[in-house]
Amino acid sequence: MSSTTASAGAVPQVRRKQHSLHRQRAWALWASYIALGFFVVIFLAPPFYTLMTSLKSSAEISAQTGSPWIVRHPTLENFWYLITYPNFQTYYLNSAMITVGVVVISMTIAILAAFSLARMGFWGSQTLATGVFLTYLIPASLLFLPLFQIVGKLGLINSVWCLLILYPTLAVPFCTWIMIGYFSSIPKELDEAALIDGAGYLQILWRIFIPVAMPGIIAATIFAFTVSWGAFLYPLAYLYTSNQMVLTVGIISDLIRGDVFQWGKIMAACLLASLPPIVIYAFLMDYYVAGLTAGATKG
Amino acid sequence: MADGTSVPVGVMTPAMAGTRRRSSLRRFSQRRSTIAFVMCLPLILLVAGFVIYPAFYAIYLSMLNKKMTAFVGLSNFAFLLKRNTFQLVIFQSCLFAVTSVIFKALIGIILAHLMHNIPGKNQRIWRGLLLVPWVIPLALSTLTWWWMFDPSYSAFNWILNQFGLESVPWLGVGWIARFCTITVNVWYGTPFFMIMYLAALKSVPEQLYEAAAIDGAGTWQKLFFVTLPMMRNIIAITVLFSLIVTFAEFDIVRILTSGGPQDMTHVFATYAFQVGIQSGDIPLGAADSLFMFPILAVAAFFVLRGVTRRSQEIAA
Repeated sequence: MSSTTASAGAVPQVRRKQHSLHRQRAWALWASYIALGFFVVIFLAPPFYTLMTSLKSSAEISAQTGSPWIVRHPTLENFWYLITYPNFQTYYLNSAMITVGVVVISMTIAILAAFSLARMGFWGSQTLATGVFLTYLIPASLLFLPLFQIVGKLGLINSVWCLLILYPTLAVPFCTWIMIGYFSSIPKELDEAALIDGAGYLQILWRIFIPVAMPGIIAATIFAFTVSWGAFLYPLAYLYTSNQMVLTVGIISDLIRGDVFQWGKIMAACLLASLPPIVIYAFLMDYYVAGLTAGATKG
Repeated sequence: MADGTSVPVGVMTPAMAGTRRRSSLRRFSQRRSTIAFVMCLPLILLVAGFVIYPAFYAIYLSMLNKKMTAFVGLSNFAFLLKRNTFQLVIFQSCLFAVTSVIFKALIGIILAHLMHNIPGKNQRIWRGLLLVPWVIPLALSTLTWWWMFDPSYSAFNWILNQFGLESVPWLGVGWIARFCTITVNVWYGTPFFMIMYLAALKSVPEQLYEAAAIDGAGTWQKLFFVTLPMMRNIIAITVLFSLIVTFAEFDIVRILTSGGPQDMTHVFATYAFQVGIQSGDIPLGAADSLFMFPILAVAAFFVLRGVTRRSQEIAA
């Protein structure tokens, strides 16, 4: 068989095959979009319902007629009520205060420890790094009863400040784990050069490691924020009075009185309380996802 | 990692005498590890004071009587095991965790594959949309679910009624309420699996698929002989990790059903809360939550093994 006849016979066939391959790809793409659209509708139905209910007046909710999925007379009265409601302001303020405090404390502890574990090391530091990862796997629901006694002995029951020492236990292990990963990936030559130039360890950390590992720090900060903004068990167990409560428990205990559910206000409160995480994720999602998946895919 | 010798050698001048050099070297590395230890101290204190100590304290607490005045040995554990409600709790915790994790992993892997088909720019938007359930604090989104399951004006029942089906008492009947708690957990946890698997999918080298295609592998063969084996480790880590978290889940059951109807949705965490905080029997509650420990320890062991193996693979 000469080469010319072979190629002459093959060309149309190849073209047809390419064409069908292309069509197959396009079909797969559309099928993916349709399937994803289906999942998005299901996954976003609850948030959508939250929004719809929050825009309804109490009268419209208690009328119980027609589709509950749409709002007929949208009103902002629920939001207005909450914004001017002193208790809700207290919850929001408490949540914000505790979250900022927890993020600062957790990140300080985690960055110092991660630098030490990833770069300097001491007797038993390997074991400690493993131990830190293991403490992340001890859930809050295993510890909240003994902690109830401990918090009681510290005189911090029903004080919002107890969260300032309890939340870091939830955030620090994973933040340290993320930071160890990022710090280890920084080339050793950088800190060796700095050492030769006479820099101290804290200087190396501050001038080299923190700027270089900024994506990791953002990821860990978002994690600490998420944990302390959304935690539910500790505040539910240790806080009783409304002036000490944070958002997650405040909404439930304040807007549900006995059998009376003010659903419009509850949903508006949920929306307002979810706003900070949603805004933060909208801008920094990529960092967070990268930091989170790095733990599993890179080591 | 902690090979401290390479740095100080560079700092020393070669003119130094051997003995002095060694002793100052040792002093240097001693100082180095002292600083390192001091930097770790806040972490060590925090973990020791508020994680390790409470964990052991829980064991001690679980062996006291209700008023915490007398030592009663293991009778709290024996009492719990004989109790019908607690047997339900064990069954429900396992059912809740295993079913949720299976569904989360399955849907997560499907979503990751669908997402992987979509070109880069659009992918970000779709991923952002699907991550919303995971971004909203769970305690708050569970409130919405509760409202959607509301017996008098349920959003789901309205849809069912539109199709001519009868209303379902969502949270009023045992098995249906169990199904509801699991559904909420799957809804909340699936996005996490999706991003984990998506990252793993992206890390599978394209050449492997090309080689498989040349060998004549179809879509399913590529999935079972290339994708899944390459992702095996990450699937294992994510599943075990999620198993731990789901097993210790508190928020959903507490808000949605508080363990009802007739204790048919209680899990370890909510039962410990009810017994320990609401009924004031802290020792019994501590004993209840300690039953989680063996299962968690086994899962944690395998997670750790998976993570170390994975990092060795990467290093090799």
